[in-house]
Amino acid sequence: MTSTWHERLNPLVRNLPPSGIRRFFDLVAETKGVISLGVGEPDFVTPWHIREACIYSLEKGYTMYTSNSGLLELRQAIARHLAETYGLFYDPKKEILVTVGVSQGLDLAVRALVGPGDEVLVPEPSYVSYAPVVTLAGGRVVPLPTTVEEEFRLSPQQVEAAITPRTKVLILSYPNNPTGAVMDRRRLLEICEVVKAHDLLVISDEIYDKLTYEGEHTCVASLPGMKERTVLLNGFSKSYAMTGWRIGFACSNAEFIAAMTRIHQYTMLCAPITAQMAALEALRNGHAAMERMVREYNRRRLLVVQAFRDMGLACFEPKGAFYAFPEIRATGLSSEAFAEALLYEEKVAVVPGNAFGASGEGFVRCSYAASTDDLIEALRRIARMVRRRGVRPRVISAFLSPARSAAG
Amino acid sequence: MNKTELLELLENDARLTPEEIAPMLGAGVEEVRRAIKELEENKTILKYITLVNWEKAGEEKVSALIEVRLTPQRDVGFDGLARRICRFPEVRSVRLMSGAYDLAVFVEGRSLREVSNFVATKLATIEGVVSTTTHFVLKTYKQDGVIIEDGEEDRRLMVTP
Repeated sequence: MTSTWHERLNPLVRNLPPSGIRRFFDLVAETKGVISLGVGEPDFVTPWHIREACIYSLEKGYTMYTSNSGLLELRQAIARHLAETYGLFYDPKKEILVTVGVSQGLDLAVRALVGPGDEVLVPEPSYVSYAPVVTLAGGRVVPLPTTVEEEFRLSPQQVEAAITPRTKVLILSYPNNPTGAVMDRRRLLEICEVVKAHDLLVISDEIYDKLTYEGEHTCVASLPGMKERTVLLNGFSKSYAMTGWRIGFACSNAEFIAAMTRIHQYTMLCAPITAQMAALEALRNGHAAMERMVREYNRRRLLVVQAFRDMGLACFEPKGAFYAFPEIRATGLSSEAFAEALLYEEKVAVVPGNAFGASGEGFVRCSYAASTDDLIEALRRIARMVRRRGVRPRVISAFLSPARSAAG
Repeated sequence: MNKTELLELLENDARLTPEEIAPMLGAGVEEVRRAIKELEENKTILKYITLVNWEKAGEEKVSALIEVRLTPQRDVGFDGLARRICRFPEVRSVRLMSGAYDLAVFVEGRSLREVSNFVATKLATIEGVVSTTTHFVLKTYKQDGVIIEDGEEDRRLMVTP
């Protein structure tokens, strides 16, 4: 008698649930003429000067392995960048590792830290990878649900209450995907006090740090006493519109980076050199293009939030990333039912909030990384659908009701 | 409200309505409407135009860049002649340049002959025009910031985390 593949699977993998986004992706893929606000990446293509630098590097024959840690020049540029932005000083030779996107950085950090039975505190709603990566490492995920009343921020009390003798790591991810929440410095300081008091470590995913529209982003590692207990993860995907290049970086204590590098050298060897060359160009000359994109996101952000409020849905003001996270309970539908109805009735794709954790129920994630034309048309369709569900518009918004005339 | 941002928005898409612009700039609809009116009245906003790919429309158009060298005139320098050249409807744009020639004049017509005729009989014969050098446009790749055949459509997956 032979076992099936399913039976042969590592139980950790066998029991890993598929991403909630996957199922919805299939539904969307079957439908024609959809405007998608379900995309978790910039609608901009990588700025040309970055692509051009990459092409040049290929012409010059940069097609080999780099050191496990990544190109030293790139690590030096990252170190300079962090010093200038946050006054944070990492040794490019020992404290920085170039990874294949933040995803790999997260995996390495978790694998290097978390063993069987270790508990990891994961805020929710949050990016879909945190919990599975912890589970795969044999750790136990302790979700920390956040609420719209708390502006989707963790509270120090909540962290404190979740701590057990097995708690090892707190994951932080602000600005947050899917809520767009940011963390203010004061509350972050309070949380860090709890972290220090219980001798925990923090893995901080700050991939959206540049996309902060109000106030300044506070880097967790820059807070007093936190550099030594933080693994800072960041990358190029969102700020420079470089998702497909897959370049991220991890910064931490030298001993810990060495441990991550050991896993990395056996499982990945190094991040692709072509993409590393592009990332280097992004850090050297990408600032102006990035600022243009941030300005553009900000305008759309304000437009989208007002549109949801005008159509009668409560919408928390996202101050970072490029997502709005409106509450759809007033329609009487669950997140999934809402997303499906919107797809079938109006051909607009959004992601059900519960794909990002149970506390996302009652919300949907709308990415405003879409052209203004598409955004306006999508919002108009959503307004129509919401109205059919009996939600009274707060104001009869001039741009949501009439069809947009060609002549404007 | 930031006027530069307002102008940037309209420069990129003149069809945006005050209702659409207002939330983007965190301003009221009336405020935006007034600001646009003021910018129109003081000629900061000169005109709302459409960028047309005439080749696609099946229209034959010929355009040429003409390098014009001038003798500057007392009191008005190059301005007098430049303004005069501007008046011809065949002339699409006139710019004073540094370097080997003075004016870069873009001329548009329906045929090679029409454009050359214009240069030979109108432009070159103006008193003060020392010489003209005509370069016909063979192909336009990018115009006013827009790449004509871009081929860069949205290739993202429809739903990603």
